[in-house]
Amino acid sequence: MRTRTNIEFRNLTKNFGAVHAVSDVSFTVEPGRVTGFLGPNGAGKTTSLRMLLGLVRPTSGTATFGGIEYRNLERPLATVGTALEASSFNPGRTARNHLAVYAIAAGIARKRVGEVLELTGIAEAADRRVGGYSLGMRQRLGLAFALLGDPEVLVLDEPINGLDPEGIRWIRGLLQQLAAEGRTVLVSSHLLSEVQQTVERVVIVSHGRIVYEGTLDALESAATAIVDAPDRDALRTALEAAQLVVTETDAGLVVSAASADIGAIAQRAGVPLSLLHAQRAGLEDVFLQLVGPGTGVGA
Amino acid sequence: MIATLRAELGKLLTTRLWWVLALIMIGYVGFTAGLLAGLFGALGDQLGGQAGAPQLPPEAIAPVVYSTVTAVGYVFPLILGTLAITSEVRYQTLTPTFLAQPKRGRVLAAKLMVLAAAGAVFGVIGLVAAMGLGAPILTATGTDAALDASDTWALAGRIVLAMALWAVVGVGVGSLIPNQIAAIVVVLAFTQFVEPILRFGTSIWEWTASVGRFLPGAASDALVGSSVFTAFGIGGGSVEMLEWWQGGLVLLALAVVVAIAGYLTSWRRDIT
Ligand SMILES: Nc1ncnc2c1ncn2[C@@H]1O[C@H](COP(=O)(O)OP(=O)(O)O)[C@@H](O)[C@H]1O
Ligand SMILES: [Mg+2]
Repeated sequence: MRTRTNIEFRNLTKNFGAVHAVSDVSFTVEPGRVTGFLGPNGAGKTTSLRMLLGLVRPTSGTATFGGIEYRNLERPLATVGTALEASSFNPGRTARNHLAVYAIAAGIARKRVGEVLELTGIAEAADRRVGGYSLGMRQRLGLAFALLGDPEVLVLDEPINGLDPEGIRWIRGLLQQLAAEGRTVLVSSHLLSEVQQTVERVVIVSHGRIVYEGTLDALESAATAIVDAPDRDALRTALEAAQLVVTETDAGLVVSAASADIGAIAQRAGVPLSLLHAQRAGLEDVFLQLVGPGTGVGA
Repeated sequence: MIATLRAELGKLLTTRLWWVLALIMIGYVGFTAGLLAGLFGALGDQLGGQAGAPQLPPEAIAPVVYSTVTAVGYVFPLILGTLAITSEVRYQTLTPTFLAQPKRGRVLAAKLMVLAAAGAVFGVIGLVAAMGLGAPILTATGTDAALDASDTWALAGRIVLAMALWAVVGVGVGSLIPNQIAAIVVVLAFTQFVEPILRFGTSIWEWTASVGRFLPGAASDALVGSSVFTAFGIGGGSVEMLEWWQGGLVLLALAVVVAIAGYLTSWRRDIT
């Protein structure tokens, strides 16, 4: 039986000066399944994960592994395996030596280095300097580092970026296998389609805040409607007062709620409608609506 | 802590940096030592006879030749120490480093210790170059190479110590100035430019000379007890150089102060 460890984010907040990178994020990641951590670029995913790993100091709140902060883990690499987005390698060091150095630091048996090199399919290139590696090979080396300690928990930041189709298929299988073994797997991505087939649960962030947490199935059936009124501002105020997420588009306001509820709210507020149209959106559309317009690209 | 030390040693030995720097140092120190040995050996007699020429007693020639290891070579362990930190910042390997050992203070302590050892090894390598080229040339030109003198080996010991301390200073500098280019520019500008000017400038008056002897390069020369730059006793009047142990303490204090400052400022920063 392996130990089962939750990842727990509690009111995690980080400001870089005036930039609110992460705001009051709370969620729990459970073992035995792959959880997706989604959001457009700049949503605060990497910052959240780096706080979890003790690399960035939170402004407030905590992120722990079953209540224990990363820096207080007895054997960090053997508990949590990490591959972070920014590939961190000295280009003049070989892949084997790269892994060996951290295996030594973490007290992991030297023979494990050869094993993870095999596992990630870069054993043949292991004695070449990493400076000559392709992006896909670096991603695999990053994963090899994550697997070094045979950890109970995996935290992977955009691991699919830069992999070829064969590599994508391979990592999907690997993640599902790791989760099936009872490990806790948290995978971030800025593309829903990348992880759609792999993850069961998703946590979606936008502008540093959680906008959705739940299963993918529930997300898909989330009702949205497009609604408009001659007095659009009054309508928006009424909908927002009812705690609904409202996104303004040229065609009208996109609201994640059933049309009947929207109609009732408008009537109570005394705002006559000019348009009310239920939408049955695909997963990707729901995702884009949740994270808001104009955030799909950029920083 | 042992694991962290071994990992830091592994990092140092698994890139080409250390032996590239060592090779350049061997060339530079060997060339300078050979040149000085030839110069003093060949010209010693003529210089000695002329009034007004710089005076160097015969027994001081060998120490001046051997101490080129520190006099011109100290910048190599200094740069090695600096790069040990700044390359981790530049290549973002602080991320895996702190993931494997979240206690950041231990990583810095391990680096200081490993680099001290590496600096000592650089001292030994430098001595091999300086003695290997200097001693035969001295002997050939009829000057005492003093290889059987206990003073020479005491000098060698102090040279090794000074080189170890310079590498430690480098780690401190790197942790205080994590930007690799900025750190290298500061190191080269200070050692090759600012310090020589300051040492010369302060040697003009007595009261400035009593301050100038605390400059790192001057302290290093005091620790070693010999240097081509001080051998002729230029300037300074009656102001004595520091005792050898005082020079060592000045270097050690410098290393400790910059390392602590670096730890408090940049080492604890967010790694993003
Ligand atoms: N070191 C930093 N200094 C200032 N702002 C930062 C820093 N790191 C990240 N940010 C900002 O924080 C926000 C979240 O970034 P990040 O966590 O990298 O998002 P994601 O990983 O979701 O793309 C962005 O606006 C980004 O510009
Ligand atoms: Mg990111």
